[in-house]
Amino acid sequence: MRRSTVALPALAVCSALLVSACGTRSEAGATPGGAAAGETTVVIGFDGPLTGDLSALAIGAKNAAQLAVDQANKNKSVPGVKFALKSLDDQGQPGTGQQNATALTGDKQVLGVVGPLNSGVAKSMQMIFETAKLAVVSPATTSPGLTQGDNWAKGTKERRFTTYFRTATTDAVQGPFAAQHMHDTLKLTKVFVVDDKKAYGAGLAATFTDEFKKRGGQVVDTDQINSGEKDFSSVINKIKSSGAQFVYYGGEYPDAGPLTGQLKKAGVKIPLVGGDGIADANFVKLAGGGATGDYCTTVGAPLEEGAAGKTFAAAYKAAAFKDPYGAYGGYAYDSATTLVEAVKAVVAANGGKVPADARAKVTEAVQKVAFDGVTGKVSFDEFGDTTNKQLTVNQVKDGAWAPVTSGTFTAK
Amino acid sequence: MHELPQTLANGLLLGSMYGLIAIGYTMVYGIVQLINFAHGEVFMTGGFGALTAFLMLPSGVSLWLALPVMLLAAVLVSTSVAVLAERLAYRPLRGSSRLAPLITAIGLSIAIQQMVWAWYPDAKQARTFPHLPGGPYELGPVTVQTGDVFLVVAAVLSMLALMWFVRSTRTGRAMQATAQDPDTSRLMGINTDRIIVTAFAIGAAFAALAAVAHGLRYGQVDFRMGFITGLKAFTAAVLGGIGSIQGAMLGGLALGLAEALAAGYVKFLPGLELFGGGAWANVWAFVLLIVVLLIRPQGLFSKLTADRA
Repeated sequence: MRRSTVALPALAVCSALLVSACGTRSEAGATPGGAAAGETTVVIGFDGPLTGDLSALAIGAKNAAQLAVDQANKNKSVPGVKFALKSLDDQGQPGTGQQNATALTGDKQVLGVVGPLNSGVAKSMQMIFETAKLAVVSPATTSPGLTQGDNWAKGTKERRFTTYFRTATTDAVQGPFAAQHMHDTLKLTKVFVVDDKKAYGAGLAATFTDEFKKRGGQVVDTDQINSGEKDFSSVINKIKSSGAQFVYYGGEYPDAGPLTGQLKKAGVKIPLVGGDGIADANFVKLAGGGATGDYCTTVGAPLEEGAAGKTFAAAYKAAAFKDPYGAYGGYAYDSATTLVEAVKAVVAANGGKVPADARAKVTEAVQKVAFDGVTGKVSFDEFGDTTNKQLTVNQVKDGAWAPVTSGTFTAK
Repeated sequence: MHELPQTLANGLLLGSMYGLIAIGYTMVYGIVQLINFAHGEVFMTGGFGALTAFLMLPSGVSLWLALPVMLLAAVLVSTSVAVLAERLAYRPLRGSSRLAPLITAIGLSIAIQQMVWAWYPDAKQARTFPHLPGGPYELGPVTVQTGDVFLVVAAVLSMLALMWFVRSTRTGRAMQATAQDPDTSRLMGINTDRIIVTAFAIGAAFAALAAVAHGLRYGQVDFRMGFITGLKAFTAAVLGGIGSIQGAMLGGLALGLAEALAAGYVKFLPGLELFGGGAWANVWAFVLLIVVLLIRPQGLFSKLTADRA
């Protein structure tokens, strides 16, 4: 009876493997460079999924933050202070993010953090940053609950973390903005909603669904997928027979690309619509030609349209980074600049020196920051959310994302 | 219910892929009683082998011409990895307790994954895989892709070839003998080491075939793709009765169908509305495995043989 006795231990091994697949690997990035005599080094942390499926977004964001730090040093934005960037890889996993948060709070030179990119990761880091009074400015997390508390959807907003800020608009606006565009502008009334069950994807799909129904649209059916899997034939099968006019997908490009590719290959020629998580060139690449006509919403006006955005794009190009700045580059640049501005205010108020309780002071200063960033005006409301509520609808044309229209969400 | 034909077709396609990979688990287990957990990674390296071949061909070459080259490269890479693994990792442990090679296999799986992650250019995220031109084809209520046609044809032909090989060639019969009793076969003059390597190599070649089909079907390869697919194929092998070649293929088909049907129809069952949909397909696949193990520990399609006890 060897056969039966081997199967059960083997199953146990399978489950052990599944658990260990969520293992950790931390990778220290740049360490602070040597400061000249009389200069204090202030380290700005960066945390994001530098490896894995979302690395394209994270590397762009890291480079943009690096650019902001380099420019602050070059322009001597804060006299007597030399900035350095310390970047850590969270692999998009909450557990790794939590370790990185502990590592960053443990480093006394770190006075602020840019990141993370994933809402799920942010959730696991917030408490640690709050305890250490360390300001964190996220360029990308859009789940509303991060700043407005778990009951934001019921109308009771409550800020639990005074150290958490973000330059990206929340899904509370992004999902509805997509609903507004699809229903009112494009006159599409039947949608099939799919999400990946993650904090970002499920949240986005929920806010979209609410607004779409409010405007008189019909959600013909819904389904969920497992992020990381590649076979979407069952959900596509359902979409095909549902009679939907478009698919709304809450999630990120590594799954959205193959999903829309397989959808079109199965002969279902309806557009897929998503949030800023699919606003990446890799979405088009992974779709294998199936992405044409798909839509996504992005936060803010198109970077290349404003003068400041153009300057940023030129500076980024001049810095000769290997990878493009991606969907969040502008926000990461503004997030890093926010921290530089906050340090500047704190140092100026303390007679040109970094004070002893710098972290708490920087957090207070971030709350009051107001400047013209590359993505628009940067300042934060009472929850730590950006006051910039501009959004853009993009569409894939000729193998690349192109902006269609920009505007603000108007509640109905 | 008009989705049913398409659901069944999807299940069969997915199942054929599981079946092809399951051959590797079942052949190796049948001969050395080792569950080769690195087999999922053998499958993954096959995908990267095919991609490398495609990238090295001059651009603009028709994919129909490139396909044989890609297949050859995939088989070459996969079998090399499997044979090296056998030679360097498993052979030194032959005769030790059964747990040692099992744990080695798990370690090897992680090592191969990380090697591809670290050394293959841009493999830290999914790499796009070429698509076969043409299609989709409408066959009545069912839509299939060109890549799916390749998968079905490849699966059927290779299975027939394998059955002929095992039944009718000298090496095939030597394999059966080794599976039944390695010590006696060695006394009869069979080079069991060679037979074991052959088993690893054949399993790897089937995995390579599956990897090319996987790439064509889903349009990408990535360093983690062997993990969950490998687990599923292993499940298929156990379902069908590990050690049995026909069982592996049938187990794969059963698993693929079960997943597709669960994803499509479980939510219509009273009380289970929440557990339907694509996200739960894996759960139902493993539920099926547990149920089968409880009722028929020897697997669905295997006869209980006394000689293994």
